[in-house]
Amino acid sequence: MDGIHDLGGRQGFGPVRHVPDAPAFHAEWEKRINALYGLAVRRGLFNMDEYRHAIERMEPRHYLTASYYERTLTSLATLCVEKGVVTREELEAIAGGAFPLALPAAPGRSNRDGRPKLAIGDAVRVRVEHVPGHVRLPAYIRGKRGVVVGVSPPYPFPDAHAHGVAADDEPTYDVRFVSTELWPDAAEAALVHVGVFESYLEHAS
Amino acid sequence: MQQQTGPIVVPSIAPVERRAAAIEAALEAQGWQAGEHVAEATRRAEEEWVPANGARLVAKAWTDPAFRRRLFADGLAAAAELGFTLPKHHRHLVFLENTPAVHNVICCTLCSCTAFTIIGLPPDWYKDLEYRSRVVRESRTVLKEMGLVLPPDVEIRVWDTTADTRYVVVPLRPAGTEGWSEERLAAIVTRDSMIGVARL
Repeated sequence: MDGIHDLGGRQGFGPVRHVPDAPAFHAEWEKRINALYGLAVRRGLFNMDEYRHAIERMEPRHYLTASYYERTLTSLATLCVEKGVVTREELEAIAGGAFPLALPAAPGRSNRDGRPKLAIGDAVRVRVEHVPGHVRLPAYIRGKRGVVVGVSPPYPFPDAHAHGVAADDEPTYDVRFVSTELWPDAAEAALVHVGVFESYLEHAS
Repeated sequence: MQQQTGPIVVPSIAPVERRAAAIEAALEAQGWQAGEHVAEATRRAEEEWVPANGARLVAKAWTDPAFRRRLFADGLAAAAELGFTLPKHHRHLVFLENTPAVHNVICCTLCSCTAFTIIGLPPDWYKDLEYRSRVVRESRTVLKEMGLVLPPDVEIRVWDTTADTRYVVVPLRPAGTEGWSEERLAAIVTRDSMIGVARL
């Protein structure tokens, strides 16, 4: 989905609030929620793609104002409600107030037929697709050309894995893009590498 | 029954601590024994998944050329030599070599992925909207704002962690550290340098 989470290249944000040696946690509840979502994944209640997608499905105003661990909390609670572990009403009764959850998911999809087998050095183009469900394709590379510089072992296909859709595992390719081609005349010079699933790519001539 | 005629009242959002406690209580009610797990998971997050792990790998790569080759050829296997692993669903670990001419920096524009068992859980700024939106497009400016001014002829390579491959930057060994022990070298390697927003 073209969600608010897809931040790469968005303009208007200010300086990074850099704090050397910033602690990972700031409050006890953050530690507890971090542990609980890990436990839920370990127990098979949901997988990492479902977890990420439930964060992406947060209402954009909530997403932008929530801290990192509030996003974790919202995803965990949303998936617990969607999978019937608890109801929203029960959560709100215990919490003593409203408990905002993520919005419902659109359908997922399986791998693409006839996806290319790629090797390091291959020139590729990112397919132009607008996927309603979960997808790990940042919008800033859509339709862009790059070169494969690395290949990973096969992984569950996120577009399917986040939605309980059957699919084959597929490798991801580290694809090197040129920043000034990603944002013509509007980026600082750099090589930008993105891990791209096979289904999102095609050979470029 | 009297019909409600007043305005629809939207209940105010419960404070985040109360929401966190509510989900924990709901899971406890399912027999999850969450409390026990929280203590263990927090201990691992704070004591086991620390930047000192990555620092040991970097220091060894600086002092042992054969290990350095193995680290860049197969990061997962090289990390395992020192007893470090990734979560099971991460099957690929790539170490990125900084040189006098090339500077690598990692990010995750879609969420906040890192090799957290190797470099520690990510700091706030890595997860913030500012870093995620800007570093892919304005890398040199972002690095400068964070205190790293790179010479203009240094090529910047940004790595966006959009899949399950994990990246760790191997910073340049600073001048003046010749003859130092691995242990002494590891002590100067910071989390920021392994993310790539600092040089040593």
